[in-house]
Amino acid sequence: MLHCDILVIGSGGAGLATALSAYEKNANVIIVGETYPTRSQTCMAQGGINAALGNISADSPKQHIDDTLKAAAGLASERMVKRLCESAPETIFWLDAIGVPFSRTPENKIAQRRLGGTANTRACYSQDYTGLKILHTLYDQVLAHEIPCLNERFLLDLAVENNTAKGAFFYNIREGKIETILAKSVVLATGGYSGIYHGYTTNTRQSSGDGIAMAFRAGAVLSNMEFVQFHPTALKGSGILISESARGAGGTLINQHGARFTDELAPRDQVSRAIWQELVKGDQVYLDISHLGESFIDEYIPQERKLCLTYAGIDPVHEPIPIAPVAHYSMGGICVDQNHMSTINGLFAVGECANAKVHGANRLGGNSLLEIIAFGRECGVSATNYATQSTAPHPVSDRHIADRLQQLLELPQQQNFYDMRADTGSILYQKAGILRDKASLSFAKSTVEQITTQLPEMGIVDRGNIYNTNLIERLKFENSMVLARIVLESALAREESRGAHFRTDFPQQHPDYHKESISFLDKGHLITRFQEVVS
Amino acid sequence: MKLKIQRFCHHRTPEKSTLVEYDVPLKECTLLEALYYIKEQVDPTLTFASGCRSEVCGSCAVRVNGREKLACGYKTKEGDIIEPLSKTAIIKDLVVDHEVSLNTLKRVKGWLDKPATPQTVTAEEEKRIEKQTDCILCSSCFSACPVLETETDFLGPFALTRAYRYVNDPRCTESKIRIDAVQKKGIWDCTLCGECTAVCPQGIDPKTDILMLRTKSVQYGYTDPSFATGGDDMFGGGFDPGF
Repeated sequence: MLHCDILVIGSGGAGLATALSAYEKNANVIIVGETYPTRSQTCMAQGGINAALGNISADSPKQHIDDTLKAAAGLASERMVKRLCESAPETIFWLDAIGVPFSRTPENKIAQRRLGGTANTRACYSQDYTGLKILHTLYDQVLAHEIPCLNERFLLDLAVENNTAKGAFFYNIREGKIETILAKSVVLATGGYSGIYHGYTTNTRQSSGDGIAMAFRAGAVLSNMEFVQFHPTALKGSGILISESARGAGGTLINQHGARFTDELAPRDQVSRAIWQELVKGDQVYLDISHLGESFIDEYIPQERKLCLTYAGIDPVHEPIPIAPVAHYSMGGICVDQNHMSTINGLFAVGECANAKVHGANRLGGNSLLEIIAFGRECGVSATNYATQSTAPHPVSDRHIADRLQQLLELPQQQNFYDMRADTGSILYQKAGILRDKASLSFAKSTVEQITTQLPEMGIVDRGNIYNTNLIERLKFENSMVLARIVLESALAREESRGAHFRTDFPQQHPDYHKESISFLDKGHLITRFQEVVS
Repeated sequence: MKLKIQRFCHHRTPEKSTLVEYDVPLKECTLLEALYYIKEQVDPTLTFASGCRSEVCGSCAVRVNGREKLACGYKTKEGDIIEPLSKTAIIKDLVVDHEVSLNTLKRVKGWLDKPATPQTVTAEEEKRIEKQTDCILCSSCFSACPVLETETDFLGPFALTRAYRYVNDPRCTESKIRIDAVQKKGIWDCTLCGECTAVCPQGIDPKTDILMLRTKSVQYGYTDPSFATGGDDMFGGGFDPGF
């Protein structure tokens, strides 16, 4: 049984930033990840990281705050947004100082580009590999400081006693063994849940919100789970993301008649709805960047061209790109306070798995990379401060975990859970996607409840103990079903439209819902309520 | 479409690698889509790694007909033979242990030792490290490198590229430490065959980076050990002046 001060679960950008800042505070840190650190979803973030540097045109943290609050539609904490935006320039300078190769202007300033939801040019970038290059630089620093990374460990459960986190249980994927790590502070940096929209998401198949589901099971409060952002421009069919920077650079959205139909740089929720309305009319929608020219595309957005060629067989230099909006980012997550601590003592959450009250009903492009670094670094300090006031936890038993795994291995294989996962993803996309109403959400809810009752019939085929991805995927499917139910209950409860949550039966924003939804377990039952957003 | 996949796992019988043929009824699919089809509809025990689906996370590198490819970016063709990456231990089927190859990053000290003064890098200096920082650590180059067949502790291509990326970064004040770190089992052991460059899905050229590190090393006073030892390696024996 391993011990540490700070156990960071998740080795993406948020986890590594947290670990590095805890290390700087002299904490004893262990990072545990489901995969290798550079393979997390952070590497997929292309467009940029926001900071009001004003390197291209006049900008100010105040304007950044105003834009963020406006997109959040009343569901963000002004204090947290202020902290995020005001720390943004310093966050960029820190990344620059540790080696991130930001693209430069001809005047040798950090280059910035325009993304949606703002009139300002605010997103710092490294071509369209921003997330990749930030993530790899963080990893290089983790190696420099010899912070241990335990790779290929899947989170099975959190160890919580008396509403206080004590550590976590993991499945060592390579060896098929349960491992327990005890810690004074536990940080979840496990990513979002857009993967529940299986087949209709830009996310990896792994983004089933496992950390969020574990926190919920352990008694933590989740908030704003109905808010899932649909990215306007994913490649039709594959769901591969085409960055907002393509529109920021002047790319236009056109229908099959070649006509533009929306402001391409409105916030993502508005653009996605406009596209959806074209699609339901039976029209095709395209992103056209051909007028930008080959040399511009190859210089500033080279990855987009490569992705279009590989996944759509389209060269965007010469023809428009067929697109559709798909699930991209979950604004909801583990409800945290201003120190990034959940409602469980000593359990922190940061990055997409957390709701740190900065994105509210809709996230601006370029604010999520900012959040994982700025708040990751804050979280490392908070978790260390908490740990210095805590005592080392006593050993805990993993008996119940072993029993649960054994039961899962023994389930009969009457139904293929992969088929169920595909069905659920499709139903959620159609019924709880960009547009929803009571009837569609109720239908999705009854489907999810029915599939949940059938889980005991969905056994696995691979009974081996070495690198059993069949088992991991089954565990993830169960987590995603827990989260799907919470998303649907929250979406049903919010009888209004706000940001990414659009109810066709309640198309207006309503002051009664100028509140965040919260979801938690009470005696085994899911409770959904509304509470004031703490400012 | 038929393809063959190398299967291996300790607890399976027989306990050795076997090529298994699968029929995938998909047209125009990536290899990753084919692998998922097999796992979800034919044999859930088939094991492989994947992530982003868009060639940027480096998880799904395998060998197709002997060549390293990212499964998510490769269009499957009739008769393809799929094997795991080489030069590293197979854990199961197409999944290999990357801990050994990633450890080379520690050996080359691929990082900045201390934070630099922000906003000092020029546009031209950033361009100099742009390509090297496109690396996704997929290990394709490590798998393709023939030196690693005989010298298992050779630093390998991607670590040397990362070393060069930092040596060439104006923010790195301790370039000498990196140059020192790549001498042994490093830049001089490379045969400059270019296999790494040929298989890199990101178009990175580790061979040239290694040549650049050699030039830098000479500037720091190092010499090619094959010359320093009187040409032993080049002529297959000691120099005999008495002909």
